[in-house]
Amino acid sequence: MVLILSATSALAFAEVALRGTGDLGLIVERAAGRVQIVETTTQSKLAAVDGLGDLSHASAVFSRDGRFAFVFGRDGGLSKIDLLEGRLAKRIVQGGNSIGGAISQDGALVAVANYEPGGVRVFDSGTLEPVADIPAGDDAAGRSKVVGLVDAPGQRFVFSLYDAGEIWIADMSEPDNPRITRFEGVGALPYDALITGDGHYYIAGLFGEDGLALLDMWRLDAGVRRILDGYGRGEAPLPVYKMPHLEGWAKAGDLLFLPAVGRHEVLVVDPRTWQEVERIPVHGQPVFAVARPDGRQVWVTFAHPLNDTVQVIDVAAIEVSHALTPGKAVMHIEFTPRGEQAWISVRDENRVDVYDTRTMERLSSIAAETPSGIFFAARAHRIGL
Amino acid sequence: MPALAEALVAGVVLVVAPVASTASADGSVPPERQSDLLHLLKHDCGSCHGLTMKGGLGPPLLPDTLAGRADADLAEIILEGVPGTPMPPWRSQLRAGEADWLVRQLKQGLPTEGMAP
Repeated sequence: MVLILSATSALAFAEVALRGTGDLGLIVERAAGRVQIVETTTQSKLAAVDGLGDLSHASAVFSRDGRFAFVFGRDGGLSKIDLLEGRLAKRIVQGGNSIGGAISQDGALVAVANYEPGGVRVFDSGTLEPVADIPAGDDAAGRSKVVGLVDAPGQRFVFSLYDAGEIWIADMSEPDNPRITRFEGVGALPYDALITGDGHYYIAGLFGEDGLALLDMWRLDAGVRRILDGYGRGEAPLPVYKMPHLEGWAKAGDLLFLPAVGRHEVLVVDPRTWQEVERIPVHGQPVFAVARPDGRQVWVTFAHPLNDTVQVIDVAAIEVSHALTPGKAVMHIEFTPRGEQAWISVRDENRVDVYDTRTMERLSSIAAETPSGIFFAARAHRIGL
Repeated sequence: MPALAEALVAGVVLVVAPVASTASADGSVPPERQSDLLHLLKHDCGSCHGLTMKGGLGPPLLPDTLAGRADADLAEIILEGVPGTPMPPWRSQLRAGEADWLVRQLKQGLPTEGMAP
């Protein structure tokens, strides 16, 4: 084999004629406007793709074949990255200020949630050509910042309107003619949302009040109901230095684990009754509470200034069983598809650490510049991610 | 490009220009603390206001959007937060004079790249 040395980042791939993407993923290097393409089998970096703009709070979804990642940048950039060739396939700037996105059930559409201009824009996942524009908002607030955009079964997108306090469903069966179902008055300042892995429940966290807004996707006629109403019970919440994120959830004995807002607690809910079962005291204000894929553990990250620590909740015992201190400014956790590794970004130490979730030992570290989000290609095959 | 950060060495900003001091005795911030504060501003404030301060869930904090606001009012927002919004009070995280210093940096405009990681 003749190797022609080249400066391109795709060199690593030139030696690999054929491979899958099931063990690939991305690490966002937020301040550098770059992503690393990594492989979890050997815990190594394969390539870097830069020129992606402002990646503060950037997230990614994956094409249904697992080959491409769609990266949503803060500056409205939508970048399509070829994981196999290690290069930027296409990039557009679709808005002024964005917060995330989703890919449709059939993989044909990519939707982006925008702060500026408020609303959702939908693109063809192959070409990134615009397909639909949904200027979400209400008469009072005008266009609203959109958060918590997820895909749902039935070729739908679901999202929340931060300013207007609404949840919308967009049925994309006719892509250029979205059919909107609106749920108004769901609560003050929905800041993020999740959809359960079976697509059954959409839950929006509320910043403006204690409680969450629940939409049963199987019974839309029942409307949005409030759950965990007043979980603060009138106590003054602590200052919130970082908004919690609702991503990933744990089911074990059919329980749901959610980060509380402004409290050093993880809330445990029984989704059959939507009653609070337990509150687990934790190290700080939780940002992420992410379930290991088997649901046996929930790993929790914390807000500034207590963000050097990760706690692990044993779901069977409903209590914290382990604590790790990876370092300054832990940002995000991503599990390998079957959960044997947890990848943790440690922003202010410029590292991503890989932990064995059985022994809790650190297996390796990958150098990364101010790493934030970590996203593995296995998300391609999961509802709501 | 503000005078604040012009030298980039191995990704670390060296503050080469003295910070304009104000009449108040608490208006100066030692250089090593400046780098901590700029890091806080970029990454922690940036979570809501954007890494480049162009806004996010929180409003933009750019020189032209802040131009008409009194420094003291802006410093008060930093220290006390804005009730009913996600803006928290930062008083417990900041020493005397540091909110004023942060306001001055924001009004000048932050360096756009190469902030100390």
